[in-house]
Amino acid sequence: MKRTSSLRRFRGHPAALMQYLLVHLAALLTGGTVLVLIGYILITGIPHLSLDLFAWNFTTENQSMMPAIINTLCMTVLTLLMAVPVGVGAAIYLAEYAKRGNVLVKMVRITAETLAGIPSIVYGLFGFMFFNVALGWGYSMLSGAVTLAIMVLPLVMRTTEEALNSVSDTFREGSFGLGAGKLRTVFRIVLPAAVPGILSGIILSIGRIVGESAALIFTAGSGRESLSFMTQDGFSLFAPLFQSTRTLSVHMYNLMNEGLHMDEARATAVVLLVLVLGINALSSYLGKKLTKGKEL
Amino acid sequence: MIKMTIEELHLHYGEFHALKGIHMNIPANEVTALIGPSGCGKSTLLKSLNRMNDLVEGCRITGSVRLDGQDIYGNMDVNDLRRRVGMVFQKPNPFPMSVFDNVAYGPRTHGTRNKRKLEEIVEKALRQAAIWDEVKDRLHKSAMGLSGGQQQRLCIARALAVEPEVLLMDESTSALDPISTGRIEDLILELKKQYTIVMVTHNMQQALRISDNTAFFLLGDMVEMDKTQKLFTMPGDKRTEDYITGRFG
Repeated sequence: MKRTSSLRRFRGHPAALMQYLLVHLAALLTGGTVLVLIGYILITGIPHLSLDLFAWNFTTENQSMMPAIINTLCMTVLTLLMAVPVGVGAAIYLAEYAKRGNVLVKMVRITAETLAGIPSIVYGLFGFMFFNVALGWGYSMLSGAVTLAIMVLPLVMRTTEEALNSVSDTFREGSFGLGAGKLRTVFRIVLPAAVPGILSGIILSIGRIVGESAALIFTAGSGRESLSFMTQDGFSLFAPLFQSTRTLSVHMYNLMNEGLHMDEARATAVVLLVLVLGINALSSYLGKKLTKGKEL
Repeated sequence: MIKMTIEELHLHYGEFHALKGIHMNIPANEVTALIGPSGCGKSTLLKSLNRMNDLVEGCRITGSVRLDGQDIYGNMDVNDLRRRVGMVFQKPNPFPMSVFDNVAYGPRTHGTRNKRKLEEIVEKALRQAAIWDEVKDRLHKSAMGLSGGQQQRLCIARALAVEPEVLLMDESTSALDPISTGRIEDLILELKKQYTIVMVTHNMQQALRISDNTAFFLLGDMVEMDKTQKLFTMPGDKRTEDYITGRFG
């Protein structure tokens, strides 16, 4: 069909013209906002990027964000290590094992939905009272990661459950029909077919972890130093877990809060943006690689 | 020789009485076709022969189905039953993995790990399903890239790889073009030398072409079962005659 470029085809159809203009306006506004935002961050931030900002150790002179970058990566990995197995496990239970209308299933769903709706600052407060104070972990990476894990758990669970539910029943039938049991069917057939969906849930989670600040300020604190395996008692493999750490987002929040290093804050925003885009690109590349030749 | 015996089989889906006391003998090394209008219970009966109905919530079964005299709803292991009574579904459903892994899935499930042995089994099954020549050069590529007819023959190979005794086919050619259908029909005639085949079909010509026995179902009852030639030329029941001559259905 040939598309007429002029608006003449709407003559005599004012409602259609209105709709045409409104949806285009909406699309422009959405796309435009994102572009302006990214553009603003890049233009104001890039001139302030300097080698000093990436020095290995933080000092008051260089205001390096290197420790924060490393912390962010560690925090992300640690959180996912906790949230993904539990979330995926819970989703497998809900989608594959639980009987429909089971009371426990309803409870898990309601709980997960409630968890997903809680503002992150409340997670921060809970994490502070429970992990930092009650368990005595203090401001620490571990306490931050556990708090974030609780926060992204519903997200991982729901996306995985949806991914599992969207795997065609014909695969399950095929597997059962060959005499495979439930366990083998779930882990060999259903789960691999659901990988792309599960991965998209993980990408969303990474976005939340990297972008989170409120829940971390109370739990992981705002330690500026690089992670270290040394304690007063000497070397310990677990030392970094109990060290106060700031992620890039918290670092940026602090820089702006102090108001002394606005230029560094702008540069940090650029790095944060690149980091998030990079992680997303990497995840979707991995997703494509994992599912290569497995298009459903 | 009788391979499977069905006695007084009743099946309920919740409140719905889907099978109303079926009695049937399935002869070994013959093709038995189940025909009847949609919703008459023929697919349901097929699925109760390898207990695929177990997967349906709210499904209750009474009566007995015996495989070589052994009650399959008794203390027979359901996974072992499904190995002995294989199934090919209406739509081709290869797993999203390579051709080789598809066929090797069954043997691996039942404990075959040796690579050379698996290769032998896969080649034999693919040859039996008359698809070896078409896929031998792409064994390790995704099965999803095959055509519909090839996929269905792959599914037959997958079912044969666990060396079943009975093969259930649930309208297995209804999603395929006439040429693919023809190939699969030839294949069924070849396979019945080794296997007992029970097939559901909506295509009366197909039942006539390849089955030895035909059973006609209506509203959960088996109206009659006879040698195919006899059932189609001299049906014993008026309803069978009406159905096969196209009065309803």
